[in-house]
Amino acid sequence: MKNKTLKKVMVIGSGPIVIGQAAEFDYAGVQACRALKEEKIEIVLVNSNPATIMTDEEIADKVYIEPLTLDCLTEIIKKERPDGLIASLGGQTALNLACELDEAGVLEKYKVQLLGTNIESIKKAEDRELFKELMNEIEEPIPVSRTVSSYEEALEFSKEIGFPIIIRPAFTLGGAGGGIAHNAQEYDEIVHGGLNQSPINQVLVEKSIAGYKEIEYEVIRDANDTCIIICNMENIDPIGIHTGDSFVVAPSQTLTNNEFQMLRSSAIKIIRALKIEGGCNVQFALDSKSKQYYVIEVNPRVSRSSALASKATGYPIAKIATKIAIGYNLHEIKNSITKKTYAAFEPTLDYVVVKIPKWPFDKFSKGDRMLGTKMKATGEIMAIGRTFNAAFKKAVASLEEKYLGLLNRGFEKLDDKELLKDLHIQDDRRIFRLAQALYNGENVDELNKITKIDKWFIEKIKEIIELQKKLESNSLDKDLYIEAKKMNFLDEEIINLTNSSKEEIESYNISPSYRLVDTCAAEFMAQTPYFYSTYLEADEASEFKEQQLKEYKEQGKDKKDTIVVLGSGPIRIGQGIEFDYCSVHASDELIKRGYQSVMVNSNPETLSTDFDIADRLYFEPMNIEYIYNIIKKENPKGVLVQFGGQTAINLAEKLDKLGVKILGTSIESINAVEDRKVFEKLLRELGIAQPKGCAVTSKAQAIEAVKELNYPVLVRPSYVIGGRGMQVVYNDEELLTYITEAFKFSNEHPVLIDQYLEGQEVELDAISDGRDILIPGICEHIERAGVHSGDSMSIYPSQNISRKNEKILVKYATQIARKLNIKGLMNIQFIIKDDKVYVIEVNPRASRTVPIMSKVTGIPMVNIAVSAILGKSIRRFGYGIGLYKKSNLVSVKMPIFSWQKLNRIDPALAPEMKSTGEVLGIDTKYKRALYKAFLAGGYKFSKEKQRVLVSLNDHNKVPALPMLKKLFKQGFFIMATHGTHKFLEQNGIPSKMIEKFMIDKLQKRMKDGRLSFIINTPTTGKNSQNAGFQIRTIAQMYGIGSFTSIDTAAAYLKAYKVFDKNTALDYETITNYRKKKFPRLFK
Amino acid sequence: MDIGTIILQDGTVIKGKSYGSKSAKIGEIVFNTSMTGYQEILTDPSYASQIIVMTYPEIGNYGINNFDFESDRPALFGFVAKNRCKTGKESHYQSSKSIEKYLEENDIVAIYDVDTRSLVKKIRKYGTMNAYIAGYDMSENEIEAKLDELQNYQSKKDIILDVCPKETYQFNKEGDINLAFIDYGAKKGILNSLAQRGCKITVYRADIEADKLVDKGYDAIFLSNGPGNPADYTFQIEQIKKLSGTIPIFGICLGYQLLALALGSDTYKLKYGHRGANHPVINLENNKVMITSQNHGYAVDETKLTNIMRATYKNLNDNTLEGFEATRLKIYAVQFHPEANPGPNDASVIFDEWINIMKANKNKQDKQVKNEK
Repeated sequence: MKNKTLKKVMVIGSGPIVIGQAAEFDYAGVQACRALKEEKIEIVLVNSNPATIMTDEEIADKVYIEPLTLDCLTEIIKKERPDGLIASLGGQTALNLACELDEAGVLEKYKVQLLGTNIESIKKAEDRELFKELMNEIEEPIPVSRTVSSYEEALEFSKEIGFPIIIRPAFTLGGAGGGIAHNAQEYDEIVHGGLNQSPINQVLVEKSIAGYKEIEYEVIRDANDTCIIICNMENIDPIGIHTGDSFVVAPSQTLTNNEFQMLRSSAIKIIRALKIEGGCNVQFALDSKSKQYYVIEVNPRVSRSSALASKATGYPIAKIATKIAIGYNLHEIKNSITKKTYAAFEPTLDYVVVKIPKWPFDKFSKGDRMLGTKMKATGEIMAIGRTFNAAFKKAVASLEEKYLGLLNRGFEKLDDKELLKDLHIQDDRRIFRLAQALYNGENVDELNKITKIDKWFIEKIKEIIELQKKLESNSLDKDLYIEAKKMNFLDEEIINLTNSSKEEIESYNISPSYRLVDTCAAEFMAQTPYFYSTYLEADEASEFKEQQLKEYKEQGKDKKDTIVVLGSGPIRIGQGIEFDYCSVHASDELIKRGYQSVMVNSNPETLSTDFDIADRLYFEPMNIEYIYNIIKKENPKGVLVQFGGQTAINLAEKLDKLGVKILGTSIESINAVEDRKVFEKLLRELGIAQPKGCAVTSKAQAIEAVKELNYPVLVRPSYVIGGRGMQVVYNDEELLTYITEAFKFSNEHPVLIDQYLEGQEVELDAISDGRDILIPGICEHIERAGVHSGDSMSIYPSQNISRKNEKILVKYATQIARKLNIKGLMNIQFIIKDDKVYVIEVNPRASRTVPIMSKVTGIPMVNIAVSAILGKSIRRFGYGIGLYKKSNLVSVKMPIFSWQKLNRIDPALAPEMKSTGEVLGIDTKYKRALYKAFLAGGYKFSKEKQRVLVSLNDHNKVPALPMLKKLFKQGFFIMATHGTHKFLEQNGIPSKMIEKFMIDKLQKRMKDGRLSFIINTPTTGKNSQNAGFQIRTIAQMYGIGSFTSIDTAAAYLKAYKVFDKNTALDYETITNYRKKKFPRLFK
Repeated sequence: MDIGTIILQDGTVIKGKSYGSKSAKIGEIVFNTSMTGYQEILTDPSYASQIIVMTYPEIGNYGINNFDFESDRPALFGFVAKNRCKTGKESHYQSSKSIEKYLEENDIVAIYDVDTRSLVKKIRKYGTMNAYIAGYDMSENEIEAKLDELQNYQSKKDIILDVCPKETYQFNKEGDINLAFIDYGAKKGILNSLAQRGCKITVYRADIEADKLVDKGYDAIFLSNGPGNPADYTFQIEQIKKLSGTIPIFGICLGYQLLALALGSDTYKLKYGHRGANHPVINLENNKVMITSQNHGYAVDETKLTNIMRATYKNLNDNTLEGFEATRLKIYAVQFHPEANPGPNDASVIFDEWINIMKANKNKQDKQVKNEK
């Protein structure tokens, strides 16, 4: 039963989105908070990530957007005195913090009970050596391995077991720093990197069992020792590729009942031995030729896999784990789906679920695409189908790529020999190579031998390919069309393959039916508003809707029309959790206003795909055909496209053409902003300056254009997500290389060339009802223009903008909003150069900064925007119009990168976005907010002698001088590369000269921790041979901070000063920060 | 591709694609929610004369092997799923043949490409129904003719005699415990579970008379699972009545139901039964929950338990009785399947408990005998 002593509970979030730790923990955290609220427990929430829904003030009673550090949490605990702490829902970050708090004696001192799984159990699961001991004790097999703390030990062990060897660092996210070494050289590199990245300097080296089946079990246990399996999952990619980077299917497809139960029993034995109270994930390797299995890993917490399992089954793992943490047992918790039975049961599926990771390689085309034990995907999509083929095909459509199907991804150009050879490459494209090989007629057994992918999966993909061939060689008739639709071939694909027409297809009059995800395969009556599409089966959505409306009526709620909210698909660089925040809020507001909200999304990690959010959820690809089918089914009043990022915006025009009502800002206005010429004209008419520029569709045009614009120029393709492919170029050669690449990627849209203004970058978000606009605040970027706004540090409220310019910004925003008749949200980016304001970008949709601005100003932006879209005046919300008064707080947003997961990608800041997440530093004073931002961002501050390597390009040297002087004055020991050294010498700043090309020596310094950070501004070009690039890359490998913009470095020095002065920091809730200037107690 | 036909008692006609036998059968249509274990389900004799609908859509993926049979041959009448794995596409190192081939060899009518979810919802709504399954495309007239037959159909009342062994045999020749096992259509899993725990087992036919089991030196009697309505088996109930109190008796599934009837309790038909591998069962003594494998269409009426009987387990989903004991008579029984196959092994501890009871009782008896001497 519920632990009645718990009145106040602290929940730790997972911090910024990084590869390996994404939106799944926002979903888990929100579920946790809701479960606590149901129990009337006061919630203190701490998370440094402002883009999350969990940091909304309505989710928790007290929301601290503060750094996730031991010091900070200690202070908050001291102040709030919670009775309990829940750390198993905030990923590895929260779990590690709980261990730190325990070790530091904080939990004991303030009598905070760690809820759920206890510290000892966490350590047993996390510490490789303890885990090994436990597994030996309960006789569960693990691969031959040894935990080592030095390279020498590792080397010795490698001689015993031979290569290949897997290296797994202890306590790291998503296996950061791990890998498979096939030879001594790789071993050296990975072991060193791993030791460095492990917070306890420990790695596990183990004999590789690559090629085994990889199977995962999601298990829940309560204090009563009841254990249930929510779901098992089979990785289509066998052991060797991180599960986060694997194609995954749920439930397992190739295991006999015997094997399924053998692993289930093992998972339960383990969770019992660990005494887990809550959710847990157990990963197994299973030989495909015997019953031999190994336990690979145990995560004593909810994870990405549990989010996937929750969405795959409909079982809310995080919510139940929370109830268990506060004392409930599974058989005491009502099943929220059947409402009659209890949470103690195992879901059973009558469909198949396929997950495909979303990798950032479309963005980082030069990045290392090889997949191994280190996760590289930023997000994932999930698809549900009644058969494996249907689910798989739907999953591929969910990837939002330019490709229509499995084939014609460039591999058709390879001859059979090349293709077979390339099939050995374990990268993100392997499944598609496999599909091509099947198309070319390669033998299934041969492909199984090469890829180790189970024959069953290969046979299934072959069925898809065979159908594709059938479509290619037959003319379309109704039967063939039905066959293709059952496998979820897209109409467009079918038309292309069969040379038929839209009219022909329409004449068949076939539409999808929607089925319910109900956890029980229809055994019991269930009321989950959670649907997926299938063909030629009975439809359950209409029936459901009728029933739902009836129930609403009985409750006295008269529901208005339906409105569809388009989600943002998988998390990727440039389109992250912030759009899930917006989608969820949009749905909330619709419900509040009495509408029926319908959510569509394909991302299993997020809160938007929790079936509790909207009135009805469709788990479907963000693809026009799927979306339009849903619209035909739901017959909504209209569609909201401005909250789902570029994904949703890109669907707007297609929907409009199909006659679907787009609510809010019109298509014409959306297009006007995206269309160069129209937009230019619009600004000209309004008398607003913008950098000169033009759109080109050929190389010749490009060369002609720069004659007028002069170098440097900013080049980018039109219609982009997160500035993909955006770059500053300085000469013809760079320009032409760029243009060639860009057209290769997408030739549908022209390339844009703009004058590059290196000024102060400013941005604002606004809400408009078509008449008035409300600007919650203005943000100023720390880095000068040329760095993508998503990668810039930014300050709210702006600190360095004159009143005069502020007025101009507001005026411009108002003019633009009126001219475009913006209804809803809008984001504008400006450059101020030589006291002149230029508009560089207008986004007629919710932007990345909406969650932050909502929180720091207290204005519920999305909610007001939705109301405005629905025809309400923004004046009635009590925030006035125009620029809202400045808040009493100062916040600094800091971008967070996932370099340690991605190899061969230049960490230099550029116009192209590279960060995966963000943190927010908040305080009443700018400098302290800045310091907090760096702390939250994981930057190290130390009183020990700080050695800094400085290497600047010529362009940056003079502008860097003030920063360099401060660097010296603040007592840093400066090492500099040749040119920079000379420049420093000329300016009277002492430094030690380092030869840039002596990379080995530098590497050794970094390895030995003799470098605190580097300041290195890139020379142009993406040449990976470039020494600067190598220095930056090595620095990221060893986890050494590197500043590639002199402005970020200067900001760090400012923060360092705060640290150096031993300033005691205060921590407050966002509500209090905003409200008042409270007294500083510990000055 | 051949068309197959399913006709339900309520008049619903479903067409799908046919494989396996091309014949036609009439039986009760039920559904099973296990996601793995189609081979165990196909060969579970308790399904005798039933048509099974699998809720999980992909069936046959790992073929049929020589290790996971629950009996020598399938006793069910029909098998329905959303999809089936075509011969040659199954994948498992133990697989010896495809599901298509297996069903064909055993003359089982099988149909796929059916909207099984809708079919299941129908069964849920109307309850278990009679159904006709044909491995061919039935004409309207044929269908019409079959509808009447469906209304009046009743399954054979002595179906256990079809699935029980032909004669008495030894399953495990050595063991600490000497067990008489009455096979009403037993799953091999039960025999294996007992043998592994040191039982010497003599397996008897379902129509064995009580006096044939007396004074044979048995330490206990075990009543197996099996098909059909327990109330129909009056002969078996009579035998159990004679035996109860004279020797410890244990029962699973049908064995459990027969024990309840023998002790004066009652059974009733569930609307659509429990068939699957995910049924939560709570131990009423210590509140521990197990996930169990189940396959039964009848339940023991908890309100009709007699004074000597005590409820031991209940189903958490629908609160139906799942186990009882009559300790005074040394009778212990459960409705669910501790031998799993298919399904979770959570409940295998029940065999351990029972073996301990058998052993304790045996020791006591031995001591008594010694003392008497």
